[in-house]
Amino acid sequence: MSSTYVRSLPAARTRRSRRAQVISLLGPATIAAGFLWALLQPYRLTLLHPMHQGFWWLVTEPPLLVMVAGVIFALVVARPLLVDLAETEQ
Amino acid sequence: MEPHAEMVHWMFATCLLLLGLFLLAEAVVGPEVWARRAWRPYLWPGLAFTMGIFMWPVMAFYTNSAIHMYAHGSWAQVLMLAGGAELGLVHGRLQSRWWRLTMPLAFAVTGIAFLVHEQNTWYFARSAFLHHVLGWTFLGAALIPLGLVFKPRAIALQSSFAVTFFVLAAMLYCDRDIAPIFGHLSPLAGIPHR
Repeated sequence: MSSTYVRSLPAARTRRSRRAQVISLLGPATIAAGFLWALLQPYRLTLLHPMHQGFWWLVTEPPLLVMVAGVIFALVVARPLLVDLAETEQ
Repeated sequence: MEPHAEMVHWMFATCLLLLGLFLLAEAVVGPEVWARRAWRPYLWPGLAFTMGIFMWPVMAFYTNSAIHMYAHGSWAQVLMLAGGAELGLVHGRLQSRWWRLTMPLAFAVTGIAFLVHEQNTWYFARSAFLHHVLGWTFLGAALIPLGLVFKPRAIALQSSFAVTFFVLAAMLYCDRDIAPIFGHLSPLAGIPHR
């Protein structure tokens, strides 16, 4: 009887943790992708040479937009989703 | 004061990236966990609908030919239709699964509009190349939401659908108003501004 539980629990935990790991990684991975892009193409960051630039050039900077998307996802979606996932799995 | 066309592409790319993240998260955790908070199922359909709304000013302010106006206008309509249908399904106002056909329709119309409103050849400039690639990608990828109409819980299809938005976002981020593509840039395209 105890062996049944012992066998089934680790498998379930592994499956749970993988889902949680994927969700918690999505935001940071997106931010990292944007950061890597900024390193590879720094000339696409107007903030590095902001003088005499118009409003839109300062607001729309693709690598920063990718990072912002990652931050929004991590804070607004992933954080409460991880709480719900943990509650469901318990 | 208007942003350059390429900037509008980048803003829509960011929305597509967020759409992909939402859809992938839903595919990973499953619809039950995703729906544990009442606002979450409305997230990506609401974003799609909002993108449709913002496509109208794009139509109004970036119309340099009739075909551009038709293309952006049809995008606005199908985006709002697909987003609205998903919102109706989430809310329960709509019951029939056939409403999900609006998403492959949106993909197909978007693909056709991309191809039709790009008047230049593939290697004219980077934007022309990307418009051709985006058009064919949208047309091909329409099969994924079509498959989801019949197999809505297929993880592979859900994940593919999400990844499709990442690919489309990457293409839109690559867009520049005037830039070479694989070393090709038509002298008729103009001078790259930065």
